[in-house]
Amino acid sequence: MSDRTSDALNRAPSDVDRSNLDLGTPDKTYLDSNELIINMGPQHPATHGVLRVILKLDGEKVLGTECVIGYLHRGVEKIAENRTYTMFNPYVDRMDYCAAVSNGLGYCEAVEKLMNVEAPARAQYIRVILTELQRIASHQLWLGTHALDIGAMTPLFYTFRDREEILKIFERYCGARLTTHAFRIGGCQYETYAGFEKDVKNFLAFFAPKIDEYEALLTTNRIWLERTKNVGVISGADCIALGVTGPLLRASGVKWDLRKAQPYAAYSEFDFEIPTGVNGDTYDRYMVRMKEMRQSMRIIEQAVSGIPEGPIMGKVPKVIKPPVGEIYHSIEAPKGELGYFIVSDGSTQPYRLRVRPPSFVNLQALDLMVRGLLVADVIAVIGTIDIVLGEVDR
Amino acid sequence: MAEEVKTPAPPPPPEGEKKPTAAETPPAAAASAGPAKPAAPAKPAAPAKPAGPVPVPWTSPLVEKYRSQYGSGVDAQTYLGQNYLTVDRSLIPDILRLLRDEEQFEYCVDITAVHYPKREKQFDVVWILYSFPRNERVRVKTQIADGASIASSVSIWPTANWLEREVYDMFGIQFDGHPDLKRILLPDGWKGFPLRKDYGILQQDKEWVQINLGIESGQ
Repeated sequence: MSDRTSDALNRAPSDVDRSNLDLGTPDKTYLDSNELIINMGPQHPATHGVLRVILKLDGEKVLGTECVIGYLHRGVEKIAENRTYTMFNPYVDRMDYCAAVSNGLGYCEAVEKLMNVEAPARAQYIRVILTELQRIASHQLWLGTHALDIGAMTPLFYTFRDREEILKIFERYCGARLTTHAFRIGGCQYETYAGFEKDVKNFLAFFAPKIDEYEALLTTNRIWLERTKNVGVISGADCIALGVTGPLLRASGVKWDLRKAQPYAAYSEFDFEIPTGVNGDTYDRYMVRMKEMRQSMRIIEQAVSGIPEGPIMGKVPKVIKPPVGEIYHSIEAPKGELGYFIVSDGSTQPYRLRVRPPSFVNLQALDLMVRGLLVADVIAVIGTIDIVLGEVDR
Repeated sequence: MAEEVKTPAPPPPPEGEKKPTAAETPPAAAASAGPAKPAAPAKPAAPAKPAGPVPVPWTSPLVEKYRSQYGSGVDAQTYLGQNYLTVDRSLIPDILRLLRDEEQFEYCVDITAVHYPKREKQFDVVWILYSFPRNERVRVKTQIADGASIASSVSIWPTANWLEREVYDMFGIQFDGHPDLKRILLPDGWKGFPLRKDYGILQQDKEWVQINLGIESGQ
């Protein structure tokens, strides 16, 4: 690793070949000093894992960045080709490990589509409830760490305290808290435990005032406003050009959510709104995610009071062997569009499995968002993109 | 089970294909569009289901337009409700640009590749596109040979930058006109392209591991 670092930094500027970061001859800046190239990460706590960002600076001002990723690369797609469809299911939890349930939902639905089967209604409802709980948990984790990066420590304790309640529900449902492996191809493996509905309803009653509590800490907080308003602005058109999805796209004013645009699971049966922002800055993204948590609660409330009776597993053979063909299926994960492109050759193992990770694609917008800002804002913007390096690197 | 488990049958080989070996007949027949029916009885090997779905020709004004413009270079099919175009490599830059400019596919969801080592043109390169106004997805596929390059689409969709770098990193496919084609997930000096079928799952660049990590093996 050290070689790689020094290599990137010691090369004469002329033979550094970077598209994003034009490292020409360091110019004299108006501060009467040279441009500076420094590393942020990969061990910096504020980069949310092992992300290394090479910053080109003029004093405190960012002239350009380049992300160096891959430190967590495990070859998930290669592993998939060497495992059966069923065996690969738990691996997807380890990509976006802050939203394992969503990963599992996307994968299971993709394989189901490829096999042309559908999960029964009861399983669909359980899936929606758990996935929306996971969205809240993921946004809580984002809020806590993002606020901590910017200097507000209290939200971290609040959000982790409340996220615990969701993890407890997961634990009672399937035994795991983080990498849940909650769903199976064709439905759910586990029936809901006695008291599941009550637990979920209790959580909703418990959590409603907690969001207000978070907002009381931040929404009108002067320091929060100073650090997030007009920071990391990106337009809707730029988002689309860069493939940025999820809360980032919506905060830039594009009202697009796969749960509405191309409904999957049982989402078409529920009534909810798509919150959007106007300015596409860090503050709007914060507001969009806060509103999304409230919308998720609305969905859970409708789902939990109407779970239909019936089986939880569809008619799926013991050995999963989809017919020859290929499929792309994507869901609205907490971080954006999470897609699976699967090519089947008719055997028990995927011939090719490609994951379209939202974090990876969204991270590409970092450079555009931070140019001209201060180093401290880079931290705020990395936080607001909400990346999970396990998913970026796969 | 007995039939083509060994041959990684390319799912729907688009244009007829050159070698209709006996083993490959069912998928090839399925792919040759119209008379797809005979493929259905050939499939009872797939358990628990009467007959697997087969690709059917995709007809739409968009397809008609490209057909009349480019002739046999464009083939369009639908499988499980998902549309895809199979396009000659030389037409790729034109078609992609037209899809964005005229058909409003302004969001490039993903770019990826699939390796078929037994085929003459070993790689499928796949673009997954989405159009907001139409709320519609389309996949564009093309076949290229090992060592051949393909036009970069960074100038059409900036998001292609990292996506193409990943394809290069994993498959070794060159994209002409990419501003900075280099590895993205693997280290710069790594040798080999892991998602090729001939790259073993335990394989690694031993030399790189020994020099850079100072250990005998990463396994």
